[in-house]
Amino acid sequence: MLKIEGLNVFYGTIHALHDINFEVNEGEIVTLIGANGAGKTTTLHSISGLIEPKTGSISFMGSPITGVAANKIVKMGLCQVPEGRRIFANLSVLENLEMGAYTRNDKHNLKDDYEVVFTRFPRLKERIKQIAGTLSGGEQQMLAMGRALMSRPKLLLLDEPSMGLAPLLVKEIFSIIQDINKAGTTVLLVEQNANMALSIATRAYVLETGHIVLSGDAKELAASEEVRKAYLGG
Amino acid sequence: MKKNRIFNTITLLSASVIVFIVLAALLFTGIIDEYNGQLLTLAGIYIIVSLSLNLITGFTGQLSLGQAGFMSIGAYSSAIAMMNFHLPLVVSIIIGGLVTAVFGLLIGFPTLRLRGDYLAITTLGFGEIIRVIMVNLETYTGGAAGLKGIPSFSDTGDFLKDSIIKFSWVYVFVIITIVIVNNLINSSPGRAIVSIREDEIAANSMGINVSYYKIFSFTMSAFLAGIGGALYAVYFGYLNPVMFWFLTSVNFVVIVVLGGMGSITGTILAGVGFTYIQEWLRFFKDFRLVIFGLALIIVMLFWPRGLMGTNEFSIVKFVRKYIRKEHEGGSSKPSKIKGVK
Repeated sequence: MLKIEGLNVFYGTIHALHDINFEVNEGEIVTLIGANGAGKTTTLHSISGLIEPKTGSISFMGSPITGVAANKIVKMGLCQVPEGRRIFANLSVLENLEMGAYTRNDKHNLKDDYEVVFTRFPRLKERIKQIAGTLSGGEQQMLAMGRALMSRPKLLLLDEPSMGLAPLLVKEIFSIIQDINKAGTTVLLVEQNANMALSIATRAYVLETGHIVLSGDAKELAASEEVRKAYLGG
Repeated sequence: MKKNRIFNTITLLSASVIVFIVLAALLFTGIIDEYNGQLLTLAGIYIIVSLSLNLITGFTGQLSLGQAGFMSIGAYSSAIAMMNFHLPLVVSIIIGGLVTAVFGLLIGFPTLRLRGDYLAITTLGFGEIIRVIMVNLETYTGGAAGLKGIPSFSDTGDFLKDSIIKFSWVYVFVIITIVIVNNLINSSPGRAIVSIREDEIAANSMGINVSYYKIFSFTMSAFLAGIGGALYAVYFGYLNPVMFWFLTSVNFVVIVVLGGMGSITGTILAGVGFTYIQEWLRFFKDFRLVIFGLALIIVMLFWPRGLMGTNEFSIVKFVRKYIRKEHEGGSSKPSKIKGVK
């Protein structure tokens, strides 16, 4: 579904990503784990068109999306939930969700999508008129995810959904990610919380200072000595 | 939905016609004297330019300190259209707006890379450059001596009639501006614009073409400011580059901030208030600027989000509430009308 080959990204003279290769198949949850500054977010931003890579190709559903404007990529069915949630703080919950459906042309189907989002995140329905900036961190994360779902993505990119959340909420968010995946959305998950990410993912890639150093089945990686030492605390 | 829109438009239109008739009648009978009539007219022009600034600063979130520059382009180009090409008044005013829109498009491009303070400095510089150009283009603009003899709205010789006609012209343009800005904000491009103010990266990831809408907003804002400038030129009948210096731009920023960034009604209230306070404080001479600054600080202390915040006073909502009361409970289903003014 998503294929990345030989991706090189530079920030000025700094070589942030070195020859990244990976792919995401339909129906999977693939996770990209790694420490701070490993290049996880950079990878996501290059996929969603926020950063232009120097070399390499990214293709989505068979068509190349390298250098395509971010707004067109969303229309193709690839939507990113940005790091730190980035909800529209002064708009209401409902308005935030409406913004998520911005690229949609099929107005008449929107009602069903609201229902889908509200059954998945009942808490958002309770707070439908509330100003989004006054929601708690967990609710904001739910809103960010709900907003992305409103664009009916085929592939959902999640950037650190566990950031700044209490452990209990992290669990809840991750089980929701699994539900979303079961409902037919492919997920590419970027996480620092390697333990949680590996527990729900099908496959995983480990990034280290711009290189992919390990890849494979999520369960195997979670069991491997190297990963345990570096990311899972022994 | 369609029905709502028609209802809203009719309510708005009739409300503005009523307000107009009342004001015109008050002017005609002399209850509002000429002095106040002049002030209201000037306030109308301030409202137009402030609304244009609110579009770019309040709704799109791009701080612009060059609105007076846009205004002067509109003022001079419409004056030149009238004096050198002898075009009719309406055409000249619209030309003023269009020429300014072209400049807005040009200044829109650097805004794609600049943010916050940097953008403010750039637009400030732009305003000053325009002023200096106007001083030096003596053949067309009259240079530092100013441009005299711009034809007025009307020349009946009757002072009262003239002031009513003046007022009507400006009032009509104020209404048009309000309708344009209001409809824009409540439309799909408007939502895109507001989401850019809220968070550019998020807007981008929602599939909004951020660059396009930023430039769009700048162009639109410049167009409206140009219209305001053109009216300003005709209103005074005389132009001088000094009228459009840096502090003029600041005045509009003050109006927008006082009224509430992102509130149309706030801008209207603050526009009228500003014009009057400026006049009342005239006997303090230069000290009025000090008092003005003090007043600003006090307002900012007690209403940090401006008089209206991002809220709107909605005539339509008001009328709707009234109608519902008349029908006594009528339907109890919650209406989903947003704050349409």
